[in-house]
Amino acid sequence: MDDIQLSSIFVAMVRSAPVLIFAALGGLFAERSGIVDISLEGKILASAFASACVAYATQNPWFGVLAGIAVSCLLALLHGFVCIQQRGNQLVSGMAINISVSGLTFVLAQFFFQQGGRTPPLDEGRFQALNIPGSQAVADVPVLGWLLRELLGGHTILVYLAFLAVPLVHWVVNHTRFGLRLRAVGDNPHAADTAGISVAGTRYLALLVGGVLCGLSGAYLAIVQTGFFLADMSAGNGFLALAALVFGSWRAVHTTLGCLMFAFFSALQIQLEGVVLPGIGKVPGSLIQMIPYIVTVIILAGFMAKSVAPKAIGVPFVKSR
Amino acid sequence: MNPHNLPGWATNLLLPILNLVSAMLVAGVVIYALGESPIESLGILVNSAFLNPEGLGYTLFYATTFIFTGLAVAFALHAGLFNIGGEGQMYIGGLGMALVVLNMDAAWSPWLVIPLAILMSTLFGAAWAFLPGYLQAKRGSHIVVTTIMFNFIASSLMNYIIVSLLIPVGQQSTSSRQFAEATWLPRLNEWLPVLGQTPVNISFVLALAALGLYALVMWRTSWGYGVSTVGLNPHAAHYAGISIKGTIIGVMAVSGALAGMAAVNSQMGSSHNLGLNFTAGAGFIGIAVALMGRNHPIGILLSAVLFGGLIQGGFDLSLEKSNIPPETFVFIQGLIILFCGAMENLYAPALSALLNSYKKRSAV
Repeated sequence: MDDIQLSSIFVAMVRSAPVLIFAALGGLFAERSGIVDISLEGKILASAFASACVAYATQNPWFGVLAGIAVSCLLALLHGFVCIQQRGNQLVSGMAINISVSGLTFVLAQFFFQQGGRTPPLDEGRFQALNIPGSQAVADVPVLGWLLRELLGGHTILVYLAFLAVPLVHWVVNHTRFGLRLRAVGDNPHAADTAGISVAGTRYLALLVGGVLCGLSGAYLAIVQTGFFLADMSAGNGFLALAALVFGSWRAVHTTLGCLMFAFFSALQIQLEGVVLPGIGKVPGSLIQMIPYIVTVIILAGFMAKSVAPKAIGVPFVKSR
Repeated sequence: MNPHNLPGWATNLLLPILNLVSAMLVAGVVIYALGESPIESLGILVNSAFLNPEGLGYTLFYATTFIFTGLAVAFALHAGLFNIGGEGQMYIGGLGMALVVLNMDAAWSPWLVIPLAILMSTLFGAAWAFLPGYLQAKRGSHIVVTTIMFNFIASSLMNYIIVSLLIPVGQQSTSSRQFAEATWLPRLNEWLPVLGQTPVNISFVLALAALGLYALVMWRTSWGYGVSTVGLNPHAAHYAGISIKGTIIGVMAVSGALAGMAAVNSQMGSSHNLGLNFTAGAGFIGIAVALMGRNHPIGILLSAVLFGGLIQGGFDLSLEKSNIPPETFVFIQGLIILFCGAMENLYAPALSALLNSYKKRSAV
């Protein structure tokens, strides 16, 4: 493999990582508050659909992003109602949301556009790529030109927002009053309740923040990455984001590293499709696709590192009398 | 378990029906929004799924698969394990079955090949579920995340095996070659001609036997009792001398075996090859079947038939109404899981209040 290939893998990684980063950070809030969120997948898909529809109708990507966030937040509230109010099974609720959204988005897309469950291309409804000032001047400088024009520059605003969100989430979770309450509620809701913190309120707020982030993830997928909505286009990204959370032990920076690893492997898979490697031969893409999942299983089993989950995760809170 | 002091018939029959009706009402609103009449649609659905014999045959054919995947989920739930991996286990089970048939169907007697193929489907399914079970019991990794990962691994692996190894040279469709006709499972219409040309086959009888065996194991054997004890109170089970780790691993293996066996119905009974993505979400429908059937054998049978009917009736409905594609029923499945599984006690407080006020009035 020569350098040109590796560099384009890195560029592809930066372009596809925001879907995972937004979703994983969204899941981080929900799960740190003690609510299992396997509905990430459904929220991404619903947001992708809503944002594509609205961006197409208004030809303005910002309205699309807002619509995606709104729909994703509605689903987060539904998940909250089931998990907090009804004390229902959080896994089942997540599954139900994923399956419902997968069916409903196809039906609605078909009903509105009659194109086999997809929306028309968004054209003007997409974001413009931003260039780093001065990057044109160094375009011919070997490494620096590539770095500024392709790896760091030339992306849309949502990419920068995703990477900006990482330190922000880290700070919110670890250094703010809300973050402290979030972790308290996720680790020991009874103690938090005794200390006068509203467990239900904190959990709803955490799910809503997660909803906003998942909304951004879906909007990025539809508006930036593909430029249209396609049925089931979330394609397991929500579950990968969940795996990244486990990988990163529910911490923002580590989780993002997990996201980057997954994005790297998916870029690698596309690059290696059909390429004959010296000494190994052709590596089928489907086998490379398995690597992130296998790595996650190995980490889950504690063979590489021990992942520590929030202690009260998945347990409905019943106020003790 | 039941904080609302409802009688058994209300918890096990009335609540699921109320939840199901709620899910149908939401679905009806969506169908109305799509510009079709919900009542008329329901009529077409019921008619084509249950009222004509041929439609019923298809309904039972789909239900057979769902009984197996439903049992797989229900059995694991008894031990407190949420097996989301039925999809992957069924897929790998299909591989085990196909390997036997593809290698033996030319030379060996079908009397040997068919039972061996069914056995291999259970073994492959069990092996695929054993690993997550083992990792949960011995390494503390959570069964839900591992089984989700194993679904993806199975999907990629099968993609590789089918596309790169099993497609015969020159064939366009992404599936293995056809199985020899002698190994096709006998269809029930050979004995019941009224069923017409429907693929419902003897694996329906196998599914009923599995339901009976499940009831027997859960209610009449000490192992089944131990499984429930682990699910209800692991500490009590531990003090009673039950090996929790051994139970978890064993339950997952049996659960995987049941999910693996689900592959037999559609592959050996109908399509007669190993195709890409043949599971078509049956592993996930199993979750709905188990939740709605409240892990009870009769409940599982009824909800499997209901989901089979939704699939069959849904296909016919989508042919007649272009605004209602088959994906509508994916949405309805999700609604049923939401109402019957996640919000199972939605109406319990109201119902309990209603019954109590009725009791008081009749006591006066």
